[in-house]
Amino acid sequence: MDELPIRSGDDVVRVRQHVRMAAADSGLSLVDQTKVVTAASELARNALVHGGGGTARVELVKADSGRKGVRIGFTDDGPGIADVGQALTEGWTTGDGLGLGLSGARRLVDEFELTSQPGSGTSVVVVKWSR
Amino acid sequence: MERVPIVKIGRTLFVSIQIDLEDESVVRLQEDLADALTATHANGVIIDITAMEIVDSFIGRMLTMIGAISRLFDAETVIVGMRPAVAITLTELGLSLRGVRTALNAEKGLALLNGSA
Repeated sequence: MDELPIRSGDDVVRVRQHVRMAAADSGLSLVDQTKVVTAASELARNALVHGGGGTARVELVKADSGRKGVRIGFTDDGPGIADVGQALTEGWTTGDGLGLGLSGARRLVDEFELTSQPGSGTSVVVVKWSR
Repeated sequence: MERVPIVKIGRTLFVSIQIDLEDESVVRLQEDLADALTATHANGVIIDITAMEIVDSFIGRMLTMIGAISRLFDAETVIVGMRPAVAITLTELGLSLRGVRTALNAEKGLALLNGSA
């Protein structure tokens, strides 16, 4: 498992590149690689902009069925999200975007788990499986 | 921070994005293009994204804004060279790049600007 810091715009680019390599290694198609890298880009930016920085953990995973995939966990120590349901609503935004980041990222991956509480940061874990 | 070069040919500004851009570079490109439009009186902008492996919601929003800003300077923006995987992902993300035109490649984009497409 690789751990990458998210403290600058440069780091977001590095997370994208790292996820791209991991997705290729786990045998994802080009379209699926593009989807998971795009989702990772949204979530890494969220950790930077809303969470004040954080960490991405990238790892290759294997299901019991033998299917391979890539799992990425994002954590930040930001203010957290008071209403997770609202944050995941398409078009809902804190004011500086289109409100597609979280809801869009969720659509682009196979598994999406968000845990957050006001005051204790946010954690998002996503998985994309090869077909 | 990397800066994306802007090349003027005739009355068109050409931008070819060749590297994985961080957000600040995309914002900088938007500002540089606005400056270049006022300085050159160009009436068209072609942005070649052939080398871009992803377009996420931030980059997509910036491309849409570049189109809107260009229009205020009486210039049309055409995005060219989008990869098929990027197009599929953008659509699934819910982004339509409203307000900017797209073409398969730079040649077709230029034809679109010159009204011969």
